[in-house]
Amino acid sequence: MLEVKELYFRHQRAKDMILKGIKFQIDAGQITTILGPNGSGKTTLFKCIAGLWNFQKGEVLYKKQNITRLSYAQRAKIFAVVPQDHEPPFPYSVFDVVLMGRTSYVGVFSSPGKNDYEKAEEALSLVGIEHLKHIPYTKISGGERQLTLIARALAQSAPVMLLDEPTSHLDFRNQVVVLRKVKEITRERGLRVMMTLHDPNLAMLFSDEVVVINGGSVVCTGSPEVVITEDTMKKVYGIEVSLIPWKGTRVVCPRIEG
Amino acid sequence: MLSPLVLGWFALFWGAYGITPIMVFKVMFNAVTPFFDLEGNIPEKFIIIDIRLPRIILAGLVGSALSGAGVALQGVFRNPLVDPFILGISGGAAFGCALSVGFFPFIPIPILAFFFGIIAVILTYTVAKTQGEISRLPLVLSGVVISAFFTAMVSMVKFLVDPHKLQSIVFWLMGSFSLSDWRSVKIGGAGIIAGLLPLFLMRWRLNSISMGEEEAKTLGINVRREQMIFIGSSSLATSVAVSVSGIIGWVGLMVPHLVRMIVGPDHKDLVPLSMAGGAAFMIFTDTIARSLTDFDIPVGIITAIIGAPFFVGLMKKGGKESWGR
Repeated sequence: MLEVKELYFRHQRAKDMILKGIKFQIDAGQITTILGPNGSGKTTLFKCIAGLWNFQKGEVLYKKQNITRLSYAQRAKIFAVVPQDHEPPFPYSVFDVVLMGRTSYVGVFSSPGKNDYEKAEEALSLVGIEHLKHIPYTKISGGERQLTLIARALAQSAPVMLLDEPTSHLDFRNQVVVLRKVKEITRERGLRVMMTLHDPNLAMLFSDEVVVINGGSVVCTGSPEVVITEDTMKKVYGIEVSLIPWKGTRVVCPRIEG
Repeated sequence: MLSPLVLGWFALFWGAYGITPIMVFKVMFNAVTPFFDLEGNIPEKFIIIDIRLPRIILAGLVGSALSGAGVALQGVFRNPLVDPFILGISGGAAFGCALSVGFFPFIPIPILAFFFGIIAVILTYTVAKTQGEISRLPLVLSGVVISAFFTAMVSMVKFLVDPHKLQSIVFWLMGSFSLSDWRSVKIGGAGIIAGLLPLFLMRWRLNSISMGEEEAKTLGINVRREQMIFIGSSSLATSVAVSVSGIIGWVGLMVPHLVRMIVGPDHKDLVPLSMAGGAAFMIFTDTIARSLTDFDIPVGIITAIIGAPFFVGLMKKGGKESWGR
């Protein structure tokens, strides 16, 4: 189980807290989505949990173990981070990129061994992108890049996967393709997945738990049907929405009249 | 990988004093065991063993130092347009050398060279770094500024130093292997190998480091520490190279690019092949430099003549890809 306990964060020399006592937990085989408007502290929270920014107060615990004191290599064995859109300076092949997931297992003075290559191959086939193996990462589509980064996170063999807005630069089809893959892998591997999303509809479709945050605090947590309501949407995003029931789930539709 | 050895072999019998390949073979063989019957101290023996061989070995070492440092720095700074020369390391090291030759003969040249080389790269880094990430153009610009500063400092030394020393500083600054001997091979070899070894051993990690600071951290790399190791080792190799052969620019930029075009960007192969390629390139250009005319042209002039258009071509061709955001 991954527990986030009473996280407080502010930037150096800044007065105001950006995160004000965030807490939630993620169980095995579950996808938890952090939902919130721009400036709500979503990205900050993500970076704090990923260990990139140091928070002032609070704890992040994995199986009761405090991860704040771990080295980067130790942390990489627990958390696999799928970053947002990016452009590496060199045209590495898709396989080279996936193999980077093994960094924390390869000794400082050595290169990846047979086992690392096998893990990378396995991750490629699990995500279903073996055909891209030798193609430069810079030459593939945004959706394929996101899948490559997910394969890299799998090669990292970490029990927790963190995805930073995995759909933000993707077209309609690829958003669905990528999130479906994430869901499938989460179930198959019993991972604990945390991701940040912008679109409440995608959160509704693909998550087991939703944590709505606004202004650096948790507004509410729970299953998407419980959390994503007309009231919360109004409160957090400041717009009127209608929730339209459809085949066991509900569609969030903004009201545009008036 | 073996190209430096092959080129080095050809370079042995190519030069102002014609020596046949067979003679080279005989002399080399005799240096190990007196097998062939060569009469006394024939000039070929002296030329091969004491002039050409150390020169070729030194050229190879310096070439691999500059090229190895270049490829590592490109990876660490995520910037295909940098090399030890552009980042100001060579300039800083040159100032250290000039200082040692001119005023502090009691401090060994490579030590002062390393000291100022590393100061130069730290300055370049600090000037370029604004808000976390370093973008490509500012890094190149700040390298130019720091280089200019250290060039001015070298001029200052040249102006103040006594004329006898001035001549040797000027000649050495142009970048040449004409003064190579076994002593410089020993000093250069020790320093350069000490600098290149960590780069070679840690080369695969450059892949992850080149993805950016935050990403490398989440992949399990202590970025600050490893950046320091890579920059420090590159500076050491470069500074020692500068202290034995003067400023030879552009090698660290050109060779990694050419190798990357052939074998791809994976640092696992790129780093050792760049080192080998740099050695081969340097032996080749130095052989040209010393046999093109009756004079021994400083090889630094040749590499600059090839390098500047290469850089321009890279800029034009790469466009957005090389300059990035």
